[in-house]
Amino acid sequence: MEPGVTRTVAVIDYGMGNLTSVAKAFAALFAEVIVTSDPKALSNAERLVLPGVGAFGQGMDNLRRLGLVGALHREVIERRKPFLGICLGMELLARDSLEQGHHLGLGWLDATVRPLEPVGQTLKSIHIGWNDIRPRGECRLFTGLGTEPCFYFVHQYWLDCLDSDVVTATASYGRELVAAIQRENIFGVQFHPEKSQETGLALLRNFLHWQPDRGSC
Amino acid sequence: MLKTRVIPTLTLRGSRLVKTCQFGPARDVGHPVKAPMVYDAQLADELIFVDMDASREGRGVERIEAAISALAGSCFMPVTAGGGIRSLEDIRLLLLAGADKVSINTAVIDDPSLIERAAERFGSQCIVIAIDVRRASDGAYDVFATGGTRQTGLLAVGWARRVAQLGAGEILLTSIDRDGTMSGYDLDLVRIVASSVDIPVIASGGAGRLPDLVDVIMVGRAAAAAAASLFHFTDISPIKAKAYMKRAGLQVR
Repeated sequence: MEPGVTRTVAVIDYGMGNLTSVAKAFAALFAEVIVTSDPKALSNAERLVLPGVGAFGQGMDNLRRLGLVGALHREVIERRKPFLGICLGMELLARDSLEQGHHLGLGWLDATVRPLEPVGQTLKSIHIGWNDIRPRGECRLFTGLGTEPCFYFVHQYWLDCLDSDVVTATASYGRELVAAIQRENIFGVQFHPEKSQETGLALLRNFLHWQPDRGSC
Repeated sequence: MLKTRVIPTLTLRGSRLVKTCQFGPARDVGHPVKAPMVYDAQLADELIFVDMDASREGRGVERIEAAISALAGSCFMPVTAGGGIRSLEDIRLLLLAGADKVSINTAVIDDPSLIERAAERFGSQCIVIAIDVRRASDGAYDVFATGGTRQTGLLAVGWARRVAQLGAGEILLTSIDRDGTMSGYDLDLVRIVASSVDIPVIASGGAGRLPDLVDVIMVGRAAAAAAASLFHFTDISPIKAKAYMKRAGLQVR
């Protein structure tokens, strides 16, 4: 980390679940954290985090209602600020979701969100618990975390991503699930780094210090 | 591979943590912020934090909310909060305070529609339904509400199936008879409930020795082993427990 640089992170509050832990995790990593639902405030942050737990449709409604869809497009797509979507926050990047009907997402990924299916007696329709992920390629979100770091998952839907180039990690739950994506400055994780103790904090630290450069990832 | 979970359960009474025996007499076991931090350091997979007197004393979620808030900046691990939850607003406050999941018992027995409404509003993955069970003399598994004081007329398997159908994400199944006795989980109870539902069952009540943690997963088919006395009153830590479970062939973190 460059001396004297404080990272400013906006944790976006769009009324979808627990963002206290996300905010406190970044604070524990010495970032300056703004928790906000104000689209204008996003322009003050150096990087953005979209957390979230809950229903896709409700999440998109809230983003639209708060005027955040346009602001996210401006800050992330146009201004290319580093962005991290966590759980629902990653799912919302999809083109659409089949959760409780059919809903359109932000469309930043060529993907559809689908319900998890139970597999026999052992794999239930909710993926809850710690699971290993297998990073692919050289994604710097996973630098220093070992070959199969373990994170905490809690979700019922999965990202069916048609563009395999953006998939940076998978986890095994009946099928190979997308555990993480990256498209240039846009990162997404299906699991909860803010609930994954030291491994999770290390990943958030990697996000905090990620800079785009001439190389890959 | 998805790991089997080991989950210390912390019971709040007043400003201290306690451990009960069969939901009755209680012993002081520690401080509500310091104890969780120790479990966090020992790689517990999750924590369950319950104010078990709330329903019986007619209180709401204030105490458990305060306890969860106090933890939020120091423990970055999944926490389930329970005790006295009666409404969507109670759930919202606990999630906002830092809980990842909430555990509800009495309120959903009185009004099962709360499960559906909560699942719709917050997502099933946040909603753990706690089912407390006593075994009757004829062998039936009776469901009890209000901190084990009120017989409901419901049977464990039927009620478990119903809550799963209504949108519960997980079931926290406690044998009141085994609670605090350290005589082993009620494996029959755990197995018949775990086999009857499509959602994970966290088994609670009776863990006293390391083999109990293996049996409840392998024989009981639980997805997770919750334990309290085991960690409070023996020298077994989550680290030691998981090392034992791993040697027995279980996938643990």
